[in-house]
Amino acid sequence: MRHTLSILVENRFGELARIVGLFGARGYNIESLTVAETLDPQHSCVTLVTSGDDRTIEQIVKQVNKLVRVLHVADLTSHAHFERELVLINVKTETSAAMQTVLSLVSRRHLHVAEVMEDGLIIEATGEWKQINALVKELMPFGIRHIVRTGTVAVWKNPTAEVMEMAGMTKAMFCKDQA
Amino acid sequence: MPVNTAEEPAQSGQESTQEPMRGARILLEALLREGVDTIFGYPGGAVLHIYDELARIGPRLRHVLARHEQGAIHMAEGYSKATGKTGVVLVTSGPGATNTITGIANAYMDSTPLVVITGQVPRKMIGTDAFQEVDTIGITRPCTKYNYMVRDVRELAGIVHEAFYLAASGRPGPVLVDIPKDVTAEECLFQDSCELHLPGYHPPAKARQEEVERILERVLAAERPVFYVGGGIVHSGATDELMALAEALQLPVTPTLMGLGCFPAAHPLSLGMLGMHGTYWANMAMTEADLILAIGVRFDDRVTGALEKFAPRAEIVHVDVDASSLGKNVPTHWMIEGDAKAVMQQLLDALTAGGSRPSRQRLDNWWRRIESWKAYAPLSYQRSSEVIKPQQLCEELDRITGGEAIMATDVGQHQMWLAQYYGFRRPRQLLTSGGLGAMGYGFPAALGAQMALPEQQVIAFVGDGGFQMTAQELATAVQYGTNTKIVVMNNNSLGMVRQWQEIFYDRNYSHVDMEWTPDFIKLAEAYGATGLRARHPGELTEVLERGLSTPGVVVMEILVEQEENVYPMIPPGAGINEMVLSPSHARNVPAGDPGSEP
Repeated sequence: MRHTLSILVENRFGELARIVGLFGARGYNIESLTVAETLDPQHSCVTLVTSGDDRTIEQIVKQVNKLVRVLHVADLTSHAHFERELVLINVKTETSAAMQTVLSLVSRRHLHVAEVMEDGLIIEATGEWKQINALVKELMPFGIRHIVRTGTVAVWKNPTAEVMEMAGMTKAMFCKDQA
Repeated sequence: MPVNTAEEPAQSGQESTQEPMRGARILLEALLREGVDTIFGYPGGAVLHIYDELARIGPRLRHVLARHEQGAIHMAEGYSKATGKTGVVLVTSGPGATNTITGIANAYMDSTPLVVITGQVPRKMIGTDAFQEVDTIGITRPCTKYNYMVRDVRELAGIVHEAFYLAASGRPGPVLVDIPKDVTAEECLFQDSCELHLPGYHPPAKARQEEVERILERVLAAERPVFYVGGGIVHSGATDELMALAEALQLPVTPTLMGLGCFPAAHPLSLGMLGMHGTYWANMAMTEADLILAIGVRFDDRVTGALEKFAPRAEIVHVDVDASSLGKNVPTHWMIEGDAKAVMQQLLDALTAGGSRPSRQRLDNWWRRIESWKAYAPLSYQRSSEVIKPQQLCEELDRITGGEAIMATDVGQHQMWLAQYYGFRRPRQLLTSGGLGAMGYGFPAALGAQMALPEQQVIAFVGDGGFQMTAQELATAVQYGTNTKIVVMNNNSLGMVRQWQEIFYDRNYSHVDMEWTPDFIKLAEAYGATGLRARHPGELTEVLERGLSTPGVVVMEILVEQEENVYPMIPPGAGINEMVLSPSHARNVPAGDPGSEP
């Protein structure tokens, strides 16, 4: 089963390599991975999508937690959360008819055309992993020239106080109150 | 991380009034502050500044010059395993660092606290494939508890402090500090104190009280309990608590290889070692147990055998300081994250508070069953008047040393026989390469232990194969005037591999015969040590007694039966109750195998 992990880690040189290396060394799968700083620049948030049975996921969480600079690991799949992925799709539209069909699909699906080229469009879409898969499948017949997905990012709906603290949220909210 | 926040090193603590020192000196001062008295090392280009300072610092810091970096790190491991202190290694960049990898991986597997300091090429040359440059941090990342590259001399003292804390706390392990050469030449003030910055690292101590009470209830309610203990008991210094708890509850105790000595082998509650070459009765007890109290162990494959057949009737209570060991290999009913000593003290307190004094009688049937397994298949071997049996050698070593020596081994047959036939009575008495199973470990580990404990009898018990992997450390042993004794169990073959080829590859012996080995007596003499040899059973006692009482370094080569196998044995893929017993047992087999439950 697919699991989305949210990992808070100290923002230091080489720490991402430890997380990725652990997955490689122990034979765990990484389906997608995104990393960026949190509001607290000393910490980064990694959203990592992996798969495995319950015991494997439990072991993954424990192994990641064991890393010295990892502050917090949560399997978001077992918490209320919200997931999104961004995709950029370069679709070939050699005829104006094809262009029209794709554009109508874009409008029907409330997608965004990032750039119009002579013979194609760059479509920007966000959605859940499954929605992106469905969109890709739908655009496939037109001819996708290039596609890049960011991988899933996920946000807690009800983060614990601990998570908020580590992600710099407490400080941010404090600043807002001051304002 | 995508962004490297170049933090200003914390300027905590009072600035001292001293003059600035160069990084090399700061490193040594930081080591002294951690209580280091001995460094095992080997110099080279990237650590020249450090060695320059070492020569100036005087006798406060002893440096032991090994003959190979692998020797140095195994010495540091032996030093640490025998004393509980953190072992320190200092080597140069490139090959100096890579030669320590076996020892680092070994220490990682066996939870030995080490701080390994490696030189690195100057910062501006990193990434240019410079002379003796290797990505030490990258190579050692998967086999260290943590590793550091020192990018600024002002961080150095703090990193050293953190490295020692990480190495020794929680589940201990090796921590590596990689220092570019130019950092050791830069100057700054040596701070009197530095703070730890480890917001994500919280080694557990006590378990939750309600958990303790629940598991105690379960243990007291069990009819067929087994107490399975290992290296974690040794690391947390919990031998007394283990004894008190085992005696109070009258539990059968079975230690792992890494746990040998944490509970005296001769104690009536001891079942001896369990696992692949453990005792029949320990493995049968695990198989039929209704409750396994596992503390400071990790359910290694050498202990469990085939997982699907492991302890099918047992409720498993597992206490470990490393949460990732809990439930990793076997489904576990009670996973308790905690320090072995603290949790056992809690159990003892809860037992006292409960007021009940559990009687041994409650486990009478269980103990009778264990005794019947023991009577059915005791450890046994066929003696010979023609040739020395390796088991006999181990028994003789036990007898002559009174079971009091610190014994260091490699991996293989000799290791298993020693584990079976030497009556370890206290923790830190057996130094052995358990998890990694590294040949060449035993002799330098013995040497490191001897450096720490010069008054104690320390014996490297090694095979002819393993000894040849690090025999060059004879020079170190003699140079430093040690009394290290080396017993080479020579069967002229790589015995454990030969045993597997005999049993599982139809005697298709492939490259296991040492067709040429050096004359070990001459080898010893060439290094300035004493060499002795026993060829026949009649010579064994005399050679061991003479060798062990001769001052200085002595190599005792004992020629033993070549085709002797280690029994009992769990074949690969079998359950631990499916042991192959020794042929000498088969000859005397009494009717009625008590192995299976009626």
